[in-house]
Amino acid sequence: MTDSSLRLSQSTRAYEGNWRRTLRERAIAIVLFLAAFVSVATTVEIILILLRESWLFFQEVPLLDFLTGTEWTPLFEDSKYGILPLFSGTLVTTVIALAVAIPMGTIIAIYLSEFATDRIRESVKPLLEMIAGIPTVVFGYFALLFVTPLLQRLLPDMPGFNMLSPGIVMGIAILPLISSISEDAMRAVPNDLREGAYAMGSTRFQTALRVVLPAAISGISAAYILGISRAVGETMIVAVAAGLQPNFTFNPTESAATITAYIVQVSLGDLPHGSLEYQTIFAAGLVLVLMTLVLNIVGHILRKRYREVY
Amino acid sequence: MTQTILEDIRAGIARRKLMDGIFAIGSLLTVLVALIVLLSLFLQLFVQGAPRLDWQFFTSFPSRDPEQAGILAAWVGSALVMLVTAFVAVPVGIAAGIYLEEYARKDWLSDLIEINVTNLAGVPSIIYGLLALGFFSRTLNLGESILTAGCTLALLILPVVIVTTRESLRAIPRGLREAAYAVGASRWQMIWDHLLPYSMGGILTGIIIGLSRAVGETAPLITIGALTFIAFLPDFSLAQPLEWLKAPFTVLPIQMFNWVSRPETDFQVNAAAAGAVLVVLTLLMNGLAIYLRYRYRQGLKW
Repeated sequence: MTDSSLRLSQSTRAYEGNWRRTLRERAIAIVLFLAAFVSVATTVEIILILLRESWLFFQEVPLLDFLTGTEWTPLFEDSKYGILPLFSGTLVTTVIALAVAIPMGTIIAIYLSEFATDRIRESVKPLLEMIAGIPTVVFGYFALLFVTPLLQRLLPDMPGFNMLSPGIVMGIAILPLISSISEDAMRAVPNDLREGAYAMGSTRFQTALRVVLPAAISGISAAYILGISRAVGETMIVAVAAGLQPNFTFNPTESAATITAYIVQVSLGDLPHGSLEYQTIFAAGLVLVLMTLVLNIVGHILRKRYREVY
Repeated sequence: MTQTILEDIRAGIARRKLMDGIFAIGSLLTVLVALIVLLSLFLQLFVQGAPRLDWQFFTSFPSRDPEQAGILAAWVGSALVMLVTAFVAVPVGIAAGIYLEEYARKDWLSDLIEINVTNLAGVPSIIYGLLALGFFSRTLNLGESILTAGCTLALLILPVVIVTTRESLRAIPRGLREAAYAVGASRWQMIWDHLLPYSMGGILTGIIIGLSRAVGETAPLITIGALTFIAFLPDFSLAQPLEWLKAPFTVLPIQMFNWVSRPETDFQVNAAAAGAVLVVLTLLMNGLAIYLRYRYRQGLKW
């Protein structure tokens, strides 16, 4: 073999290797893209399923009755499909949870970001992470068998199933979410602002309240909104401790069902596919998704804003 | 004159310093409240559950007699479901994370995927149950099986795996990528031989946190109609090694929910014991994740 033909065959081989390598790289890129696309497919499929089953449901039940009815009795002989009782249950438990989580979460966040030494922060944060890691069914058990009896000592007339106790426990459950996002937002505030305030003679508390808090307000509101979204979608705490009976009331000491608890209740029975009861949980799910979707989008827009400013 | 002004100022400063102190004490009290809640939760679980926490509890099937009932079917079910979840979520999540961080161009499609992943992380878990009911169990006809449950939870934790994969890839400096390219590595060779080994610690942390979330999830599995009374283990034979995927199942949180919703106090003892097992399991997993994160951060200083 001559020198030049050797060189030629080598470069052909290199060329072929190159070609094969490009092909393999392309194939890998496509596989990776498909994996990323799974998440989009999941969303599309969630929306399709909810719309399909809800569509069938709304052929039977007029939308107006659904949105304004005050009785939700799909499993009774004389079935009524008004979502308001489920809505009131969701609203009451969410408000109670936020009344616990927002003040506590904000105070802890201000403390961790502006006051605490590194050592205290390093020991409080794992505590919060521990709370965040506890399964919600365990919180439900805790609400039913610990918090409810405790509250019954103060309010002796309160029934064993009520909205107050799961509401409070849910507040503790979403506390880590609110405190960690708020703390991130406050720590993102540049130190110049703090130093400016200190230079004017402000104390830590004044700086935190009048300078850092307003500067981080969009991140903190994002934390609140994501907290609301979590509370609205929370299932097991209410399903265990609030009773499963839909009840159109705003009295937190009564038992009631939330949208999520209703889905659980129906799922516990045997569902004939295609029946109206089967479709109700998808209609309820659609309402839930729409509510949380709006909250999540607003939350993420607010959260992005504080990142961009500084 | 100046004396009184000075005293006024001193009094004002003292008052504001007092406010500082009051807030600091108040917030420590708030932290204390959270700590007390956590402690009473643990105490309630372990004190009430203690009489049932013995060997027999782990090796018995559920039963109508609370003293005889155990969590054998539940923990085996949880383990098998987690196996499927990890098997699906780990490769898909890592691949998606690599795509979004290393391949995706800045166009509308990658924006869409990105918004979508953040959004999915906020969807209530019970909605995944409805998805599973409509898609896995009915459309794909997988029924109320371990496979359905595993895939459902895999979709649920996918955002966690994707986000942590991206974060650990982002933490690797550009220089490493450029060095790999400079010696002729293709993009995939660079990722496989260099990026993945360095980001493994972070990715592993994300996977464990995701799985610890999945092991405690109840709502989506109730929605697909997971049976609560299972007094048998899935069959396993070498002739049909994948048959167990189609078996009906129960998992720890569902078993606990089943017991806690019964009126008899004896069953609540079982619920507490199951809850204690569940909490210890998730805390161990979270602890492991925190430890791994800490160790890899120590070892890698760019």
